[in-house]
Amino acid sequence: MTIHRLSATSEALKVIEMLKKEYGELVFNQSGGCCDGTAPMCYEKKDFHVPSHNIKMGEVGGCEFFIDKDQFEYFRYSQIVLDVKEEKAAFGNSFSLEIDEGYQFITRSRIFSDEENRLLKEQEK
Amino acid sequence: MAYSRPTYKPRYENFIGGEWVPPLSGEYFDNLSPVDGELLTKIPRSSTADVDAAVAAGVKAFETYRHTSVIERSTLLNKIADKIEANLEALAIAETLDNGKAVRETLNADVPLVIDHFRYFASVIRAEAGTVADLDENTISQEIHEPLGVVAQIIPWNFPLLMAAWKIAPAIAAGNCVVLKPASATPMSILLLMETIQDVLPKGVVNIINGAGGKIGKHLATHPDIKKVGFTGETTTGQLIMQYATENIIPSTLELGGKSPNVFFESIMAKDDEFFDKAIEGLVLFAFNSGEVCTCPSRALIQESIYEPFMKRVLERVKAITQENPLDPTTKMGAQASVNQKEKILEYIRIGKEEGAECLIGGAEYKNKTFPKGNYIQPTIFKGHNKMRIFQEEIFGPVLCVTTFKDEAEALAIANDTIYGLGSGVWSRDAHQLHSMSRGIEAGRVWVNCYHLYPSHASFGGYKKSGIGRETHMMMLNAYRHTKNILTSYNKNKLGFF
Repeated sequence: MTIHRLSATSEALKVIEMLKKEYGELVFNQSGGCCDGTAPMCYEKKDFHVPSHNIKMGEVGGCEFFIDKDQFEYFRYSQIVLDVKEEKAAFGNSFSLEIDEGYQFITRSRIFSDEENRLLKEQEK
Repeated sequence: MAYSRPTYKPRYENFIGGEWVPPLSGEYFDNLSPVDGELLTKIPRSSTADVDAAVAAGVKAFETYRHTSVIERSTLLNKIADKIEANLEALAIAETLDNGKAVRETLNADVPLVIDHFRYFASVIRAEAGTVADLDENTISQEIHEPLGVVAQIIPWNFPLLMAAWKIAPAIAAGNCVVLKPASATPMSILLLMETIQDVLPKGVVNIINGAGGKIGKHLATHPDIKKVGFTGETTTGQLIMQYATENIIPSTLELGGKSPNVFFESIMAKDDEFFDKAIEGLVLFAFNSGEVCTCPSRALIQESIYEPFMKRVLERVKAITQENPLDPTTKMGAQASVNQKEKILEYIRIGKEEGAECLIGGAEYKNKTFPKGNYIQPTIFKGHNKMRIFQEEIFGPVLCVTTFKDEAEALAIANDTIYGLGSGVWSRDAHQLHSMSRGIEAGRVWVNCYHLYPSHASFGGYKKSGIGRETHMMMLNAYRHTKNILTSYNKNKLGFF
């Protein structure tokens, strides 16, 4: 059994496809901090220089998903599901691309069980 | 008596070159109030062409504004402050409806601080000077300040008016023109602010452009006529802004949040006096602004010897937090800024429970009978340890994480075990402890025996991943200015090289 750190809901995948049509290749980076922090940011791949030490958590809809290496230390025990909320009213002050389309990506988390953590350790040796 | 909800214009426009200008696309966003979930007004969904118009208006205004005297600029800032003061109550109500925060906060904190911020920068520019050095008997070096030009400012939704003031006041005091993008969740109060001050503001000195960052933010931040970008928000967009700033080789200032420790030593309980009462409030300030503050004291570190009796008193105080109607001046805590924000906070409450943290109070949505469609969360306290996600990630809600420590060394280690370094608090009756802790904490602000005070003339900004740059102090003027060195020789003789 392979344990995946990251997956996406079908709604999130639909929004990713919609954004790809408008912007081309995309990249995700989990943010932190003020306001819209702790939400994943979705940018044009050519636009965002992924910091060299960021950790790749996986791929969603063919897009790489990264996180800051220090933040990963706290995310490593969680399984992340990329989801999306429809929010037709304007929201946020980030530059994430889906906002203008009336959506916001969110990361849902589930804490891995001890057994899953053991399997992950072996898997990532 | 609760304030009633005023009627606002059905839609607002961008404020460009002193005029109210509809977006070229003709498209508008709904601006909902988090208080009741109802439509407040509609705001422009701008495109890059609208951004170009706003920047062009700034460039045109700068041709004149750059030559204004210090006296003229100081007078302008004082007039802005007077106009806001005359409309304090209306702006406070608008801010509550736009953001959700309780009106007692907007009346007594947000808007008064906005007014004072303009007065502060009006004052300090009158009393400062460049420097002159006598390098030798015939050589004089003058350091002269000159404004940068048109600057872009992108601000958050937690203190819409105050963050606008923190950005606009130093920029225009220093002689710059501004293109400001409010957070698309909370644009209305800023547009009302512009209506309030438009009569005294020279055309084009402050321009407001609305819309989502993903659509217009890049265009604004990379515009060749923009000479600086100021941003308050989350870390990844902060990195993107810095990256954009490399395109035109311009500076950026970033304020990116925190996970601030608030440390309580056992001596606070040496007496049950007014200071102990203040310390209890100091902890409960996690609920200020519904917890949506970059410096929210969201990690309380309590010396284990006083944990039980201190928490008993704290929980009584938290139980006394009233919610329900943010427009009632007796209501202690308001709404969360949006549906998504509420969902995100509830997700963290769920993560906290799953991680095994003990929920001491709250831990759920607040069912508001007056405003069932508003976004409300109960003030929540978790007990756990500092390695948990809820202790490390900014929740941006009324969720406090509490842990204990044995001694000063352990308190300092836990306080600094975070990727952020914005705010922090230290509470003790021991002067030596206060000193060693405040020097030891890696953060831009240490509140000593107080918390959540934001006076002008006390610098504010982050260490570590909390950002770059300082606000709320005259040193901010230099973040909006060039330094020009004029080096004059009064020596009639040549160097002798050629």
